[in-house]
Amino acid sequence: MGSSGERLFEGADWDFQTLQRIHDACEKIARTELGLDVYPNQIEVITAEQMLDAYSSVGMPLFYKHWSFGKQFAFQEASYRKGLMGLAYEIVINSSPCISYLMEENTATMQTLVIAHAAFGHNHFFKNNYLFKQWTDADGILDYLEFAKGYIAACEDRHGRETVERTLDAAHALMSHGVDRYPGKKTLDLRAEEKRAGERRQHEEAVFNDLWRTVPNTKAKSKAALTAERRRALLGLPQENILYFLEKTAPRLQGWQRELIRIVRHIAQYFYPQGQTKVMNEGTATYTHYRIMSRLHQQGQITDGNFLEFLQSHTNVVFQPEFDDRRYSGFNPYALGFAMMQDIERIVKNPEDEDRDWFPDIAGKGDVEGVLREIWSNYRDESFINQFLSPALIRRFRMFHLHDDPAESQGIKVDAIHDERGYRRVRRELARQYDVGFVDANIEVIDVDLDGDRRLMLRHTTVKGAQLNETDTRRVLQHLADLWTYDVALTEVDGTDKVLKEYVVSPRAAAVAA
Amino acid sequence: MVMHIVDRRLNPGSKSLENRQRFLRRAKALVQGAVKKSSQDRDIKDVLEGGEVTIPLDGMDEPRFRREGGTRDMVLPGNKKFVEGDWLQRPNQSGAKGSGAGEGDSEDAFRFVLSREEFVDLFLDDLELPDLAKRKLAETESEGIQRAGYATSGSPANISISRTVSRALARRVALRRPRKDEIEALEAELAECEDETRRRELLTLLEALKAKAKRIPFIDPIDIRYRRFETVPKPVAQAVMFCLMDVSGSMSEHMKDLAKRFYMLLYVFLKRRYKHVEIVFIRHTDRAEEVDEDTFFHGPASGGTLVSSALVAMNDIVRTRFRPADWNIYAAQASDGDNMTSDSGMTGHLLTDKILPVCQFFAYLEVGEAANYTFDMPDSSLWTLYERLRNEGAPLSMRKVSERGEIFPVFQDLFKRRTTSQERV
Repeated sequence: MGSSGERLFEGADWDFQTLQRIHDACEKIARTELGLDVYPNQIEVITAEQMLDAYSSVGMPLFYKHWSFGKQFAFQEASYRKGLMGLAYEIVINSSPCISYLMEENTATMQTLVIAHAAFGHNHFFKNNYLFKQWTDADGILDYLEFAKGYIAACEDRHGRETVERTLDAAHALMSHGVDRYPGKKTLDLRAEEKRAGERRQHEEAVFNDLWRTVPNTKAKSKAALTAERRRALLGLPQENILYFLEKTAPRLQGWQRELIRIVRHIAQYFYPQGQTKVMNEGTATYTHYRIMSRLHQQGQITDGNFLEFLQSHTNVVFQPEFDDRRYSGFNPYALGFAMMQDIERIVKNPEDEDRDWFPDIAGKGDVEGVLREIWSNYRDESFINQFLSPALIRRFRMFHLHDDPAESQGIKVDAIHDERGYRRVRRELARQYDVGFVDANIEVIDVDLDGDRRLMLRHTTVKGAQLNETDTRRVLQHLADLWTYDVALTEVDGTDKVLKEYVVSPRAAAVAA
Repeated sequence: MVMHIVDRRLNPGSKSLENRQRFLRRAKALVQGAVKKSSQDRDIKDVLEGGEVTIPLDGMDEPRFRREGGTRDMVLPGNKKFVEGDWLQRPNQSGAKGSGAGEGDSEDAFRFVLSREEFVDLFLDDLELPDLAKRKLAETESEGIQRAGYATSGSPANISISRTVSRALARRVALRRPRKDEIEALEAELAECEDETRRRELLTLLEALKAKAKRIPFIDPIDIRYRRFETVPKPVAQAVMFCLMDVSGSMSEHMKDLAKRFYMLLYVFLKRRYKHVEIVFIRHTDRAEEVDEDTFFHGPASGGTLVSSALVAMNDIVRTRFRPADWNIYAAQASDGDNMTSDSGMTGHLLTDKILPVCQFFAYLEVGEAANYTFDMPDSSLWTLYERLRNEGAPLSMRKVSERGEIFPVFQDLFKRRTTSQERV
């Protein structure tokens, strides 16, 4: 054991001075040894009940009010009381300052683990990963949520809760199709966004003149002049961000409804990177806490007993049940992420011949932290796995690939296993499972029949024969039609444009009258 | 780098309470149905406790575009014996559908726990106490006092110092009463001054100021204000509930059970409206006695039936212990309807002259055997009597019950929110 530093704490109890000492000790290691670059930290101590509260509003400290969060809460509370579900030790928010919630029940060791994990691991990832840089605005998010909450409450006062709820319900149903998937012209600036909304309202009030109502409408330009091609270009079609399309083009939405859709869209976009980086994000955080805790132990800042307690929690977190285990429910992002980070460390430090073949760029490079920081910044789950899942790890997890074609009467085929022939295929297939392009259905707005009945036309291009669930699709389309206020048609086609199924849904009367 | 620690533990909890209320409001019809259903197979005492209810998710779903079927590829950990090219049997067809994790299995029904308040609220939602305040205004209210501004006269104990002083200050400023330091400054200057003419000037000025200060008093009687109080009527916050029951041999366990359920409901209901609710149990055969709850429902008794005896007992108890001015009085009588014919006159007289005038509400519940078709039977003697009284204008509520499941509907019917009181006069 190296230099015997001062103990950070004794026993399980902690107070705020202890948290400060723990934070400072972790920060020293994080900065000097791992070279992490983080947002300022804010640590908030909360009770178990508050943790449940936070769960039900997607972990955000302030969020607008909606019944679905209440449903979520009731559901979670019921399973928590029955003991079906333990609570997370922490929640961390991608904001600046980076807010980590710590539960008061945690022991001092657990608080150390959580601070190392969230306040440094996740925090560094949020600040440096390209997806988060591109799609989220950590400085503005809390203010924006505050604005959204206030705006929605004001709308409820003005237009009635039911109407607002209906609009939000519809927007929520389309939330997964309310994100831009490809980098646009500009990065998001939520503060400006909030200001802009205010200005727009002011402008509307300033230029309002009742006289305009009395002016007879000018004849519209000849519609025939607008060719279909040009019309689609004007509407920005095809468009896969359905919420964006509605916000900009839905003919009969009120201004405030457009703003609500915009809020839901911004929030969906804010969470978009998190869905694509689960393995990496947890891997980074777990790797970071592991390094920091080990170093603290080595320096004598925590006792052997504390370290054992830590190892027990850590082992639980990174446990990966096998496929035939009853506890199996897919790959555990903590387990896979942590294993890959450690594996990369091994490849950089002590590569074997196989690793040199597979990873010539990093094998034996020596600078573990530098290589990892580079990876953390520039990859998402799909590309990360596609590049860095090593044969050694495939063997360790004993991964195999199953191909299930319903047309095949013989059953499910074992397509590849952890052998020389299978590594690349297993790796490619696993990476695909994390590809958003495959995870979400590919649905686009393709056209609007402006000359006829203003029908909105959508197309779902199926992948590998998976079609939409009919009941749910009808319900979502109903919401969509209510916002659009004219008929909505959805066509499912396969890769060769063969039509598989068609839906047409008309708006409900109440929505049209509104 | 600076790190902030914030202690949020003392923040108000239940941040999502509002979301929860929204959810309950939205699911109201469903939850209410579930509550009624679950209360039917509960012991009525447990109605007071909250509990888990299950509701179907109709209208509460949050649909998403979801895909299913097609060719599936998956990578799994933990291969033990498979080699490339092996064929595996499909598990059974139905098992293959579960893809949605987490909430997937709870899609069609949704279980959650309601708190006690929520449960009772929903349980008694559309009911209200019969509005009898107009009939018995004097009795249902008592006097209380509350602050009501300021007055120019009053008892010295009620002088409002702050109000008085601020009015005095305003007056002194308005009339330009010379301030004390102003006079002191002049006196100091006078003491120092050598010049004779200036001294004289100062002296006159001082005298003028002092005279003015004397003319304008520091506090004038017109400044004085008193705190004013008003008496206001305050509703009586306590109620007493009389349970009258015939326990003669003809009452079976089943009938008593029905009565008990009704009493419990009434108790729960009153409990929500009044801070303090007392219960008095009076059982009677041919004589009446006040007993405790256990004896009331389970104690053995036998004898004839004289309803008037119970009414006499109730009247005595009201007179000695529950002054109608201080108590809201509710009474519910349960009986199988038997009564000595000779007792009718006495009963009717007691009821209309003594009992009904002091009661907020009097309900008569005629309980029958489960299998009986009460419709076919001729009306019992008590029912006939009460019906006559009611037709003469007595404010009585009466219902017949023979099945457990009818209790709640009957109760609900009795206390249903009415725009106009159709049934009573």
